[in-house]
Amino acid sequence: MRFLVPIAIFAVLVVVLGVGLKLDPRYVPSPLIDKPAPEFSLTTLGEEPKPMTRADLLGRPVVLNVWASWCSACRIEHPLLVSLAQAQGVEIIGLNYKDTRAEALRWLADHGDPYRQSIFDPEGKLGLDLGVYGVPETFVLDGAGVIRHKHVGPLSEDIWASDFAPLLKKLSASDGTGASGG
Amino acid sequence: MISEYGHFALALALACAVLQAIVPLTGVALARGSWMDFGNHAARWQFFLLGFAFLGLAQAFLAHDYGLVYVAQNSNSALPWYYRLSAVWGAHEGSLLLWVLVLAGWAAAVSLRSRSLPRDIAAVVMGVMGLVSTAFLLFLIITSNPFLRRWPAAQDGADLNPLLQDVGLIVHPPLLYMGYVGFSVPFAFAIAALVRGRMTPAWARWARPWTLAAWVFLTLGIALGSFWAYYELGWGGWWFWDPVENASFMPWLLGTALIHSLVVSEKRGSFKNWTVLLAIGTFALSLLGTFLVRSGVLTSVHAFATDPARGIFILAILGSLVGGALLLYAWRGPSALAGSSYGLVSRESFLLANSLLLTVATLTVLIGTLYPLVLDALSLGKISVGPPYFNLAFGLVMVPLVVVMGLGQFARWKEDSLGRLAQALSRFALAAGLLGGLAIAVLSPNEWGTTLGGVLLALWLVASTAAGVWARIRERQHRWRALFTLPRAFVGQCLAHLGFTVTLAGVVLTSSQSADLHTRLAPGDSVELGQYTVQFESLRDYQGPNYRATRGTFHITTTGGERHTLMPEKRFYQVRNMAMTEAGIEPGFTRDLYISLGEPLGDDGAWSVRLHIKAFVRWLWLGALMMACGGVLAMSALTVRKRREAPQAALASTLP
Amino acid sequence: MAEMLRALCLVVVLGLTVSPTFAADTPLGFEDPAQQALFESLLEELRCLVCQNQSLADSHADLAQDLRDEVHRMVAAGENREAILGFMVERYGDFVLYRPPVKSTTWMLWLAPLMLLFGTGIAWWLTQRRAAVTHSVPLSEEEKARLARLTIEPQDDSRQH
Repeated sequence: MRFLVPIAIFAVLVVVLGVGLKLDPRYVPSPLIDKPAPEFSLTTLGEEPKPMTRADLLGRPVVLNVWASWCSACRIEHPLLVSLAQAQGVEIIGLNYKDTRAEALRWLADHGDPYRQSIFDPEGKLGLDLGVYGVPETFVLDGAGVIRHKHVGPLSEDIWASDFAPLLKKLSASDGTGASGG
Repeated sequence: MISEYGHFALALALACAVLQAIVPLTGVALARGSWMDFGNHAARWQFFLLGFAFLGLAQAFLAHDYGLVYVAQNSNSALPWYYRLSAVWGAHEGSLLLWVLVLAGWAAAVSLRSRSLPRDIAAVVMGVMGLVSTAFLLFLIITSNPFLRRWPAAQDGADLNPLLQDVGLIVHPPLLYMGYVGFSVPFAFAIAALVRGRMTPAWARWARPWTLAAWVFLTLGIALGSFWAYYELGWGGWWFWDPVENASFMPWLLGTALIHSLVVSEKRGSFKNWTVLLAIGTFALSLLGTFLVRSGVLTSVHAFATDPARGIFILAILGSLVGGALLLYAWRGPSALAGSSYGLVSRESFLLANSLLLTVATLTVLIGTLYPLVLDALSLGKISVGPPYFNLAFGLVMVPLVVVMGLGQFARWKEDSLGRLAQALSRFALAAGLLGGLAIAVLSPNEWGTTLGGVLLALWLVASTAAGVWARIRERQHRWRALFTLPRAFVGQCLAHLGFTVTLAGVVLTSSQSADLHTRLAPGDSVELGQYTVQFESLRDYQGPNYRATRGTFHITTTGGERHTLMPEKRFYQVRNMAMTEAGIEPGFTRDLYISLGEPLGDDGAWSVRLHIKAFVRWLWLGALMMACGGVLAMSALTVRKRREAPQAALASTLP
Repeated sequence: MAEMLRALCLVVVLGLTVSPTFAADTPLGFEDPAQQALFESLLEELRCLVCQNQSLADSHADLAQDLRDEVHRMVAAGENREAILGFMVERYGDFVLYRPPVKSTTWMLWLAPLMLLFGTGIAWWLTQRRAAVTHSVPLSEEEKARLARLTIEPQDDSRQH
């Protein structure tokens, strides 16, 4: 009997390694899912900055996209964001992360502006509270300001269709009935 | 064009490997002598062909043949020739070619000494090594072929990863692979013992020198890797319990258990099952290491660019080779005869305890390395297991290990008594204790508890070694002369154990006695750290062959009149867009002074700078070197003995 | 996506793009040695998220710099170890801790070395007892003689067959 112990342990090991192959070791799930988005007090990105706080994100589901002019990967997803905003009317709020106002505005002028509004976060304070670790990142907030989903890395059509569109649909449905979406 | 021949040689080598696997094993099944011997020839041919393929790839690198995808990805016209050569094994495909070349080299080496082995054992060993080789050559050719061409050829190459543009890389991987892959030999011997029902002391004698050789290479490879991380990664660390470091450390730990268990199996005929299992386990961990480094299941500072398809392939190799071996073990293992009996207090008993403890240490590292993966696989969240865990868990296992190690190397075979051990060791242990207390009083470390514990453990080993030497020379007339005529195997053992002690002391002292400072310095500034005054003199830019660099000049002085100049650099490799830190190091027996440049801060030329005084850090690698030398001595003692016994063995092998 | 992230990581790690806060004075030094020690030990125990596998202390990544600043600010503000680790875990999860917290999913990890040591002790003891039992019964003269006969006989047998 005891001669079978090694093969048994080894079999378990192989199964674990096999499952492990399908996982992405670099993906870190956010502990903020289903938690209220953090409070903040920043300004909008624009020639005439206006104050912006968490209250401005409430009342309807919101897609919050973290971007920066220095982020090369943001360029990959940007056309998708532009088409989502223009063709489908999705409300996307930008979070301009650790950037300068001038460079950020020039970048938007060059590549198109899909954002209803961009939050200007030059020191990355809100980014830190949101646990941002690799730009671009995209969050979904429900009407009550609770974080419902987070994606790290550039978005693609497929990711949008599988992870974002259904969730947004669900959220706005429950929101329409007057519930807070929580 | 030579690379085309190299590609062809690679395909021929696969054919050779297949024949090496099939013919001798069939020969054993059909009891045909000439078929059994065929493996020896196939192994040498395979080695020759792979050597040719390897040279073909090297030639492509030297001749800037950017028509090869692999060369285009890992070389550059500005890369100096020696790095172009080491770039051959600088990334996945080429290093895998080196892997199979080393495997074939080991098989060829065994084949050259096969005359001292029984024919059937040699045949199974060759067959098993042929199987391993076949599996990895298929893997190489199907998923990771370094000879693939691109059309049109690239204008220039994407350059070798700057981390790897270092002398350390030229030697580190070959040494490491010699170790890793070398454990395929005891593995093959273990299979041969199981298949032929020959778990005998003679079997242990055949496998021992090969195991020692592989262990020596792995020891050196790991030490060099740690040294390389120390001066190349720029943060003064020498071991981080990174998955890839663990991947090489686990086979070393279990391999250490194996070389000790082999001694008992040979001399006393005991633990044969356990030894066979350790031989299988050690090679299994080598394969696991290959899997961890190349599949991308775990993130690591050193991992190769990875691809899940490769992971599945290696997992299949691991599963079938090791799974097959363990099934064979479950089937044939129980047939081993019990060895000679021994008492509770005896060298056998202590050696068994030690190989069990080394196994526990191995499993601890394995569990810590794979636990995040297991949790993730079960969707129970993501965690990180890092140095705080490993230092604690591993340290815990080390304590009983070292205590028993001191007893084991002194105790007699078969039966000893606690009374005798106490009497013989107490004087030495007492002296060690006093010395340890004194050392701590002098050093006055921050964490004096762990430091005292570590120092006492190290001194305990010194004491037990000294007692062992004393026991051997005290009865002799000319004690000094006797000291120089001690048997080579015994000297090897002492040297290796003292080496372990030196490393242990190095680990403990460098952790507790080092000081560092992370600060902002501009040229002209100076700062004090311990007894040293560090002055940042100047900063200068220069252009290297394939990088731009900023070099700082630092003067370090002490009140005692010491004076050193260190020149750390920050390099920027243009082709890869990568920044690299080259630390400035002033080595010393009791401390290294270590300076690395961080980032420029502001416009006044200030930089963030890390200053380290690394106490006793050289001892880590010095100890490893001593362990390796001890291994070589023990090995040479075996070979000498073998040569004397060769006529008898040759006679024995002619018997059916 | 992994590919993308790696590319992204490269950008971040290499600091190709220097974000505005970057050039601000790096937090260095504390008046209080206890705070300095706390700061340094925290940096060793927190994992940089964007890098392959490095602690905050060892990483050159921008994010690591930001988090170092944050840890520095909190230490300087007199926050204790638990509060700072809690702050990080709230944002990044247990992943940032190189010392996994003891909880339902990790007690196996923490207990494993102890359980293994214990199991090994038992295994060693049992093996010893088996070895000792065979050893401790000395052979009588008669048995020795029988053993001597037996060890010769099988060879004779094999010749007969």
